[in-house]
Amino acid sequence: MPIFDIFLLEAIINGLLLGGILALLALGLNLIFGVIDVVWICYAEMIMIGMYTVYYTHNVYGWPLWLAFIAAVALVAVMGVILHQFVIRPVLAAEPINQLLVTGGVLFFLQAAATLAFGVEFRNIGVQLPQLQLGEMYFSFSRLVAFLVALAGMIGVYLFLKKTFLGTAIRAISQDRAIMPLMGVNPNRIFLTTSALGGGLAGLAACLLVLQYDIHPAIGLSFGPITFMVCVLGGLGNMVGGFIAAFIFAQFISVGGFFLHSEWGYVLAFLFFIGVMFWRPQGILGGK
Amino acid sequence: MLSLAGVSAGYGTFQALFDVSLEVKAGETVAVIGPNGAGKTTLLRVISKLIDAAKGELLMEGRSLGQVPSHEVIDYGIAHVPENRRLFPKLSVEDNLKMGAFPAAARAHFRERIERVYALFPRMRERRKQAAGTLSGGEQQMCAIGRALMSGPKLLLLDEPSAGLAPVVVQSIFEVVRRMSAEGYTVLIVEQNIRQVLKVAKRGYLLETGRIKLSGTSAELLESDEIKKAYLGL
Repeated sequence: MPIFDIFLLEAIINGLLLGGILALLALGLNLIFGVIDVVWICYAEMIMIGMYTVYYTHNVYGWPLWLAFIAAVALVAVMGVILHQFVIRPVLAAEPINQLLVTGGVLFFLQAAATLAFGVEFRNIGVQLPQLQLGEMYFSFSRLVAFLVALAGMIGVYLFLKKTFLGTAIRAISQDRAIMPLMGVNPNRIFLTTSALGGGLAGLAACLLVLQYDIHPAIGLSFGPITFMVCVLGGLGNMVGGFIAAFIFAQFISVGGFFLHSEWGYVLAFLFFIGVMFWRPQGILGGK
Repeated sequence: MLSLAGVSAGYGTFQALFDVSLEVKAGETVAVIGPNGAGKTTLLRVISKLIDAAKGELLMEGRSLGQVPSHEVIDYGIAHVPENRRLFPKLSVEDNLKMGAFPAAARAHFRERIERVYALFPRMRERRKQAAGTLSGGEQQMCAIGRALMSGPKLLLLDEPSAGLAPVVVQSIFEVVRRMSAEGYTVLIVEQNIRQVLKVAKRGYLLETGRIKLSGTSAELLESDEIKKAYLGL
């Protein structure tokens, strides 16, 4: 194979691997919006807290990595519950802008709290996963792990939503909340469960990102905006749309970055996003 | 089985029910008839605790429903088919039925009960994968009744099952109600379609502007001058 084609193939496969993690990032946010009709603006900052959890439990307190990962998922899930109960619930009937502002407030709160508590230094958990060689192509093993775990997480969420009674109630509640008590469903418990699930997904994303990126209080800014764009591109609240959009976005970044300079990959992805917004403001699979 | 004594209720400052007392015995089909806006839907919403009674007592098999939150009423054996059916339009027929079996006690019986619902409404089995929002009006009503049956209720509350349906479909819905009462279900049905509902119900109450005006067996109600004049146009 000519060297150019090999590099292109490598870029495409790297895009696929990146798409997996973007899809996981989008899933939690879409789940929350689709069910509760609120956007967690502080979503990426919750991931940041999850990353610090891995760092402190593993590197400072010496927990094994798998236990640190479980702790991060559990902690961010609990944060999701707390966020819903004390921040979202009081403004559930308020204007959407107020809901955005309160979760935006939590974003700044978490960033400032992390700066105070952990300082501004970049931290790294110091786990070096090997490079993977396939013929003449090289892939990062941590990306492959992230892709596979993200895929498994998404399949798990899909099966949960499709097969279980609780999952069916989560899909039902956005369609007719007022009628849920007639089915014996306590709507607030469904919202708390969904928030725990959304937080758990953010925690899982934190475990995968911590393998590839340094941790600092503003890390949320490097993938928060792109997560929102993936969600909006797919149709906010539409989990299938978010999944498709994640892979499209990732290919723009990876293949676009291969043809031009890597920063141009992001520029192309954002231009594509803006173009789609003119054509379909509701997103690829969004309704109305 | 169910008894209401002196129940008053309303929305904010608007009072919809005044001192309503009624009783449904096990195995009976009882109708509440009356014009639009009489408070029939409010009555069922009070029984399901979707709104709280301002005054009066609600007893199900001797146990008070007074302090029971709405999502626990189903545990007392009461299933409510709401006005306008209120299916989950984007969920499949089967998922709608699954929602009816949400209470913990009902989940273990999911398989056997869904087979009973499919036996009662063969059309639902054919359409089980279809989104409920794409069903015809009559099919949606069947799905809504099936969803309520999934919890294995002792008492079924039906709110205007014939509303908005074509006459031939109305016939089949009342046929379903008749079959359910023959099978031993206890049913409290609210209807404007007086002639039809009094054919399937054993007893009835006439509700007007929030007050019970008349009560008696279906035959007595059909013979009463008040109903003949105001509702049957005789």
